Amino acid sequence: MKIKNKSLILITLLHIFYNVHSQVEFEKIIQKKFILANDQSIIEIEEGSFQLGKTLSLEGKKNIIIRGKGIDKTILNWANQSSGAEGIKITNCENISLENLTVQNAKGDLIKTMEVKGITIKQVKAEWTNGPKASNGSYAFYPVMCENVVIDSCIAIGASDAGIYVGQSRNIKVKNCFATQNVAGIEIENSLYAEVFNNQAIGNTGGILVFDLPDLVQKKGGHVLVHDNLIQENNLPNFAPKGNIVGNVPQGTGVLVLATNDVEIFNNKIINHLTIGAGIISYYMTEIQIKDKDYDPYPAGIYIHDNYFERKPSRVPIKGKFGKMYRLALKVGKNPPMIVYDGILDTKKLNKEGLFYPEFKICIRNNTNQSFMNLDAEHNFKNRSRDISKYDCDYVNEKILH
Amino acid sequence: MNKKIWGFILSSLIFYLFSNSKQSIPEKLSDYQFFKGEIKHLVPNEGVIPYDLNSTLFSDYASKIRFMVIPKGKKIPYNDESVLDFPEGSILIKNFYYPINETNPELGRKIIETRLLIHESTGWKAYPYVWNEEQTDAILEITGASIPVKFKNQTNHLIDFTYEVPNINQCKGCHEVNGKMSPIGPSARQLNKLYSSNYSTKNQVTELKEKGLLDISNEELKEIPQMANYLNQNESLDKRAKAYLDINCAHCHNPSGPAKNSGLNLSWNNKDLTSYGYFKSPVAAGRGSGHLLYDIQPGKAKQSILHYRMNSNDPGIMMPELGRKLIHKEGVELIKEWINKM
Repeated sequence: MKIKNKSLILITLLHIFYNVHSQVEFEKIIQKKFILANDQSIIEIEEGSFQLGKTLSLEGKKNIIIRGKGIDKTILNWANQSSGAEGIKITNCENISLENLTVQNAKGDLIKTMEVKGITIKQVKAEWTNGPKASNGSYAFYPVMCENVVIDSCIAIGASDAGIYVGQSRNIKVKNCFATQNVAGIEIENSLYAEVFNNQAIGNTGGILVFDLPDLVQKKGGHVLVHDNLIQENNLPNFAPKGNIVGNVPQGTGVLVLATNDVEIFNNKIINHLTIGAGIISYYMTEIQIKDKDYDPYPAGIYIHDNYFERKPSRVPIKGKFGKMYRLALKVGKNPPMIVYDGILDTKKLNKEGLFYPEFKICIRNNTNQSFMNLDAEHNFKNRSRDISKYDCDYVNEKILH
Repeated sequence: MNKKIWGFILSSLIFYLFSNSKQSIPEKLSDYQFFKGEIKHLVPNEGVIPYDLNSTLFSDYASKIRFMVIPKGKKIPYNDESVLDFPEGSILIKNFYYPINETNPELGRKIIETRLLIHESTGWKAYPYVWNEEQTDAILEITGASIPVKFKNQTNHLIDFTYEVPNINQCKGCHEVNGKMSPIGPSARQLNKLYSSNYSTKNQVTELKEKGLLDISNEELKEIPQMANYLNQNESLDKRAKAYLDINCAHCHNPSGPAKNSGLNLSWNNKDLTSYGYFKSPVAAGRGSGHLLYDIQPGKAKQSILHYRMNSNDPGIMMPELGRKLIHKEGVELIKEWINKM
């Protein structure tokens, strides 16, 4: 019996040793492939579950396809990451495709691509596997300062900031994706010409966010279409580390536009959000001081139409700034408005009659179960109003890509 | 006349072959013949010039010995702003080592790696060479390496950790300007210091001029800017902190660097307070924010993200995110004092 046990231990030890050894070898081999890849080539990653300790990086290449054997078939896991913050990092490249694999548990971001012209990520699952936690990394998918970005049929789970986040980029399509248990499901930030469609954002803190922030290199985003998405029950308590802008997103937010211009939101199903169905707010609502002189904190040119809203009667959770505002100042009871606008006005965007110039209009029409409130946040909610007639218009900006 | 033409054709041919053949990079450090005698003593051959910087990048307390090679007949053009524009063919050599005991150098040292930055016709390239246990040579490791290191530090404490040699992609993670690889350290203000050899003590910039390697006028020579050594307690706190942030952070955190997306610019010559971090909200810091609101909150180091991230060795939080496993206690102290006294 004793001897048996001993040999069992020995076998187990040998097995562990062999495993660790082969995992290190795998990491070296795959990183070598990334480094030595010739332009116009395919890097195949075999089926199996692999532990990695360092960032896998691709740098300065053209026309490369990185391909696994499928979601949950090829699994790269950075749970024991010892150096580098990202899982996969792709920088200064052109026309890169990343497809058919699962990436897990990086200490920082799971997939970061920066300064890439042409990045397609397809059929990739990026997740933190221990549920939503502040100690999870920030972004599952993180293209920043890229052009021609396509994120298609991907799954993002557990990001402590945004599941799919495209920042300071242009020409973007996010489609057929599923985001859950992130603080923000999908976020487009300081980015131009983005189309977000046919996605499901379910069970995050906020479903889909379109933000413009100050103090960044690419100052102005806009021309964003959000359509035909299922945005449902994004009621997860906010677990973002404080200091991050998404930490301000109230639990129970469907779609939120912050300070961005030319955003059209249509044909979405926006269902069962405890706080906001669709919100249009200025940067002032964050109560963070603005020092960037070139920054425009007001949203403008917004058109919300033909969406389907639904919500069961219940009180707004009192957590955070927004919760307190709803419960203590707005006193909306169990039926908060589906659509809210902070009503903070930029006089430069108004004509003599106090109406928006055409290119700055805010239009809301033809939504199912539409209800509305202008918060008049500038005047301590004094003249808040549910009257939507002023916003019953259509807004088509020719520059928006259809 | 004929001879001249033939000479021209021959040299063009050689140039053509040289620039078009896929030059293979030597696999061993010894192949370059930078050093004479036993290679581990790092005694430079002629044309291999030792140099030093005023303020140096922290790399897990590794000591560094640097050399440069400038191709024959070429000169470095002078500028007083940024890293010198080393001519094509130049090589920067940086050796990373640990004394067995920092308080007693005579006990010997272990060289870990030698990083070469080579200015090829297609731009700068980085190549890490990892030394063998016998210290008889170093081998090119493009995927980097993890090497266990033990040494006794200045206070005689045993430091025991795994040193990371970066892979060649990671090299570019720091050495990047507008997407292209570039050296970080050797600017005029960094080189403007005395260098002591066995024979003499001379200013490095003057020395480079005298050797005919630096194209600088006598007027310019009188007005070379000088960066503080952040370890020098006689310098002002502000100068020391800014020198520290410049060499340790600004290679990424500048408007053309790999961390430009953050909007943070820690270059010595950045005069804009917000982009230097004062009351600047983080952009994509994630848990790197440490639940704090600003990069620098004047007067409150413990409330400043800058201090928080320098004082961490969690790969998802720490800054710089590459090239260190240990916390630079002296650096953290410096930045803490600087912010607290704002």
